[in-house]
Amino acid sequence: MSHEAGLNAKGLRRDALAERLILFSLSGPAVLLVTMTMLVPVGWLFWLSFLDDAGGFSLEHYQRMLVQPSYGRAFRITFEISFITTAICILLGYPLAYALSQLPRRVANICMIAVMLPFWTSLLVRTYAWLVLLQRQGLINTWGIKLGLWDSPLALVHNLNGTLIGMIHIMLPFMVLPVYATMRSIDRDYLKAAANLGASPTLAFWLVFLPLSLPGLVAGALMVFILCLGFYVTPAVLGGGKITMVANRIATDIELFFNWGAASSLGVVLFILTGIILYAASRLVRLDRFLSGGGA
Amino acid sequence: MARDAALPIAVRQLTKSYGTLRVLDAVDLDVQRGEFLTLLGPSGSGKTTLLMMLAGFVRPDCGSIRFGEREVIRLAPHKRDVGMVFQNYALFPHMDVAANIAFPLKLRGIGKAETTQRVEQALELVKLGGYGARRIDQLSGGQRQRIALARAIVFEPRILLMDEPLSALDKQLREHMQIELRQLHERLGMTTVYVTHDQREALTMSDRIAVIDLGRIRQIDTPKAIYERPANRFVAEFIGESTFITVDVDAVGCSFNGVPLTLASQPSRKGSHQLMIRPERLTILEHAATAGINVLPATVTAAIYQGDSVLVQASLSDGKIVSVRASASARVPLVREEIYLGLKAADTYLLPVEERAA
Ligand SMILES: Nc1ncnc2c1ncn2[C@@H]1O[C@H](COP(=O)(O)OP(=O)(O)OP(=O)(O)O)[C@@H](O)[C@H]1O
Ligand SMILES: [Mg+2]
Repeated sequence: MSHEAGLNAKGLRRDALAERLILFSLSGPAVLLVTMTMLVPVGWLFWLSFLDDAGGFSLEHYQRMLVQPSYGRAFRITFEISFITTAICILLGYPLAYALSQLPRRVANICMIAVMLPFWTSLLVRTYAWLVLLQRQGLINTWGIKLGLWDSPLALVHNLNGTLIGMIHIMLPFMVLPVYATMRSIDRDYLKAAANLGASPTLAFWLVFLPLSLPGLVAGALMVFILCLGFYVTPAVLGGGKITMVANRIATDIELFFNWGAASSLGVVLFILTGIILYAASRLVRLDRFLSGGGA
Repeated sequence: MARDAALPIAVRQLTKSYGTLRVLDAVDLDVQRGEFLTLLGPSGSGKTTLLMMLAGFVRPDCGSIRFGEREVIRLAPHKRDVGMVFQNYALFPHMDVAANIAFPLKLRGIGKAETTQRVEQALELVKLGGYGARRIDQLSGGQRQRIALARAIVFEPRILLMDEPLSALDKQLREHMQIELRQLHERLGMTTVYVTHDQREALTMSDRIAVIDLGRIRQIDTPKAIYERPANRFVAEFIGESTFITVDVDAVGCSFNGVPLTLASQPSRKGSHQLMIRPERLTILEHAATAGINVLPATVTAAIYQGDSVLVQASLSDGKIVSVRASASARVPLVREEIYLGLKAADTYLLPVEERAA
């Protein structure tokens, strides 16, 4: 029997088409929104970055980036800050997620709400709150001196320290969340099996638990790192003008120099670098799975 | 891997409660050197709990566990040196087959060359030679089961624990693996404690079966003894099908509703007793009077063709329904037909009189 002539074939095919149409129309508004608010402006900026002041095609913005050291510095400090923030988030977040994952589920859920608490207030509010806490006459310095922990006010803010403290605080939940989820999904029988086969708790952690939680750790680290690359408010407020990350540089170019081309080219380079990192990381993770699956 | 390396297990007064629920109630259990002992019991009876205590994963409230001469009750799991096959196998997904099996060897500081050799040996033993480089998610259920077994025995533990290792497999594979496990045990001879709630599995595999219910061992004996001479009603009903009829024993002999019965052995106590009837021990007789066999008249209430046999249900003179498994080649009786059931004297068994347990 031919496909066309099959019993009810026509009707069934029409049903399939209708289903697909409904799905498509449901996603339609979102697709439209993304196109309008993302693709179009980004494409436009991309275009701008290749125009000179007169409106002709040129690579002058990219050339300037190579020549002027201040641009290179902005990129370097951006990657440095992102790297340090990610590293400290791992150091703080991994043990926290581990502790949470060992708690009974109900207690852990309550703790998780506490971890998410910062999301309830805006980034700007939290950043200014840190300013209040960290400044020379702030809560921390006042009490630190009162308790005799240190003698003169520490330079906690308007510098790299303040920026890092603010960013780590903001980014920590993004690290804890995926790591915790991964750890929760690790069957406890794996640890029991490891112990049964002769692994002390420490060894069982290193040989079994850590490798199994690695996907969550990589996901969290990537998310934190990439979000850090685009930070603007925190370095602007807590860096005291001394910390110029790429986003701050972009803002200066636009607000001070009205140089849309320069700002756009910075955005494009950051975008491409982020893409490369994501790609490399995804390769690395797959490689890692391959390695541990094949040998170790 | 020699038999003399196996260790006996001695469990004394082992007790565990979760809140008010007493999961294990002063359990005493001896597993002989090299024995294959099965813990059999209904769901929630405490089998897994007992096994987990042997492995060290559940802390008892009190009691004693000895492996050989050594008291292990407070010993950490990783120091107990017992092999264990988990119900879900718990093979490490981030390692390949060879790395999984090599894991316990690596922890024991065994050299690379010897490790490779022993891993390959273990794989051969479970008939999966050459599977070392496979990833765990590339294995079928039966293959995982074997790898889990290989990993549990590769370091030559002197005690092997298994918690329903075959329950995830389909029937055919399960029966195949039962035979293989049994053969493997014969070759390696490690003391084995096996948990199942499948009575057929227990009967086919074990040297001895411990029937456990509500955290207590109700009977521990060979499969044949458990099946033919259950110590109490629970064991009789849990293992195989059985019906009980009340018989009277007096000085003259035994009778059921006025019909005299010949027993395999006369009980010492007079009065009413419970006679156990297994469906396959009854026969449908051609004639009312047949010499050398107890005859019970009955009325057929149902006759079901089951391929290899015919299951006949019939009500006895006291109204009790008994099942009879008759050969499929025999004539299938009709419902409401009057038949005569034969029960050989040798197949009669009176349940021991229990002091009513609380
Ligand atoms: N951690 C625990 N907390 C509370 N109760 C528990 C815990 N572990 C087991 N139990 C209870 O102990 C009893 C015995 O459990 P166990 O797992 O030993 O049964 P089992 O005989 O292995 O049953 P199954 O055949 O279903 O596996 C059950 O009633 C169970 O609910
Ligand atoms: Mg169980």
